[in-house]
Amino acid sequence: MSMREMTYGEAVKEAMAEEMRRDPTVFLMGEDVGKAGTVFKVLLGLHDEFGDDRVIDTPIAEAGLVGLGVGAALTGSRPIVDIMFGDFIALAMDQIVNQAAKLRYMSGGQAIVPITIRSTMGAGRSSAAQHSQSLHAWLAHIPGLKVAIPSTPADAKGLFKTAVRDDNPVVIYEDKMMYALKGMVPTEEDYTIPFGQAHIKREGDDVTLIATSSMVHVALDAADALAEQGISAEVLDPRTLVPLDRETLIESVVKTTRAVIIDEGYKSFGITGEIASTVYNGAFDYIDAPIVRLGAMDVPVPFSKPLEDATIPTPEDVIKAVQDMKIIHR
Amino acid sequence: MSLPSEILIKMYRAMLRIRRFEEQIWEVYTGGLMHGLAHLYIGEEAVAVGVCAALRDDDFITSTHRGHGHCVAKGGNLEAMMAEVMGRVTGHCRGKGGSMHIADMSVGILGANGIVGGGFGIATGAALSAQKRGTDQVAVCFFGDGASNQGIFFEVMNFAAIWKLPVIYVCENNHYGEYTPTENVTAGKSIADRSLPFGIPSTTVDGSDAIAVYEATAAAVERARKGDGATLIECDTYRYRGHHVGDPGEGYRSKEEIESWMAKDPIQLLRTKIMDDNIASGAELDAEEREVEKEMENALEAAKAAPYPDVEEVNQHVYA
Repeated sequence: MSMREMTYGEAVKEAMAEEMRRDPTVFLMGEDVGKAGTVFKVLLGLHDEFGDDRVIDTPIAEAGLVGLGVGAALTGSRPIVDIMFGDFIALAMDQIVNQAAKLRYMSGGQAIVPITIRSTMGAGRSSAAQHSQSLHAWLAHIPGLKVAIPSTPADAKGLFKTAVRDDNPVVIYEDKMMYALKGMVPTEEDYTIPFGQAHIKREGDDVTLIATSSMVHVALDAADALAEQGISAEVLDPRTLVPLDRETLIESVVKTTRAVIIDEGYKSFGITGEIASTVYNGAFDYIDAPIVRLGAMDVPVPFSKPLEDATIPTPEDVIKAVQDMKIIHR
Repeated sequence: MSLPSEILIKMYRAMLRIRRFEEQIWEVYTGGLMHGLAHLYIGEEAVAVGVCAALRDDDFITSTHRGHGHCVAKGGNLEAMMAEVMGRVTGHCRGKGGSMHIADMSVGILGANGIVGGGFGIATGAALSAQKRGTDQVAVCFFGDGASNQGIFFEVMNFAAIWKLPVIYVCENNHYGEYTPTENVTAGKSIADRSLPFGIPSTTVDGSDAIAVYEATAAAVERARKGDGATLIECDTYRYRGHHVGDPGEGYRSKEEIESWMAKDPIQLLRTKIMDDNIASGAELDAEEREVEKEMENALEAAKAAPYPDVEEVNQHVYA
């Protein structure tokens, strides 16, 4: 497979450009996606290639924007709708939850709604409580939606292309702290990653670190440090929350007998709870230590840097959780 | 402008079909064969029929919780509609949608909607899709006076205006949002005025007059197909029955008010016009009525005989 090094942001743009070249019914719309290439500048150049007709600046009106996307998807187009900050999805929830997610079911299978909603997540930019949240659990809760949450440039490209080709509404979250992250990315035009396949980012035997999005890198950093202490950590990334590859998560914990789950969504009622319950049920007879859940602190994301940093799981938190398991090699 | 006689007869028949369908729903519901909610369209028939008579099969509509009339008028199948509201597997949506979610994609019915204002985004997006795909299809969004106070109404008018989208917003102002008089909760002189700041032309028509509704819609359709953009049509109308079957519709509405609207019944108005213009005789129109009656009986019998969906279907159609 031919590969090229690129950033996470470039991988997203390449995925989008390839899909737009492949399928004339694909178009992108959102606030500042045109000449500006989004506020994060990651789509610079896309407008030059595809023009106003297919890379479309919209009013700041998230409900209408997603609503138009749903109607277009229902009638033969495959829109990509850009919601600048994941927090703003709150403004479009009726369109996503009551319309996009349910139209196929309510119509008895007549409708398809091939809309891709891309948005951002993640704290760490001192952007405070309304520009920093990771709300992917909200959407993973709703039957009819798929939710993808890539952690690397290669996954970002492969999952994005799958999202555009999927006949269901897909919400794909990019952590805005990862746009500059570099990695090797396949360049084949038909490179896609099937949904529902967790990826082992690092193999290990003593404990499984199940992590999503940027928390995968927190887990990998922790695994490096743990290795120096003689503890072998496996790092597993579900990559999509819906569908969730429960089998691979369970298999890994059956092997390692321990798990720490790390996600940047609020800890309470979040993804980590769902995954912990999955692992407890599937690997109960093998588990040697209580499963640990690490998530964003249950507070609005604060502005001041020391406060903000205190709300996000760190490698040190992961290391401490594993150390507290008092792993003894026999 | 005088309309071709076949359009008038077609509209008359469509209104009869809606009236008879809704009367049948009342019986089915009160007879215990239908559960949930049933919002009847009786009295408003001229709006759905006047609008849809000006559309093609491949044009789109979005409908509302009070949507049976729109679906009948756009070409929904009576038997599949009746089966749907009774939760049978032969329904348009295999019993998964029910009265508030009837959809028939084959004739452009993108779905009734249980969210007040739920069709605004979808219809405007369907118009965007038509524009992007290079067709001359138009999309009609039916909505009530109540939905005119939802924020997304203003968002989509802005989108429709900046991109000149082929969409027609048809407001059915029946003067009550559920039980609340519209004027108590709605600012401004008229709902039609609300599109004007966006540069979207609007018109107000007598929603009991199918011909007036047809003519207003035909003009809007022509404008949309030419690429000149959206139109708002406010139809002055009234529901004879309550908000839903369980609401007698009285108390918050005076007897005099209800009777004044029934005195200008949309079906009678068109019947009189057809007979006055010697397009068809009373006997011929009575024959139409008997045919509709027969069609309705067949639909009801078929729906009653149809099975419920297998429970195994419950988790089908969540994903494509």
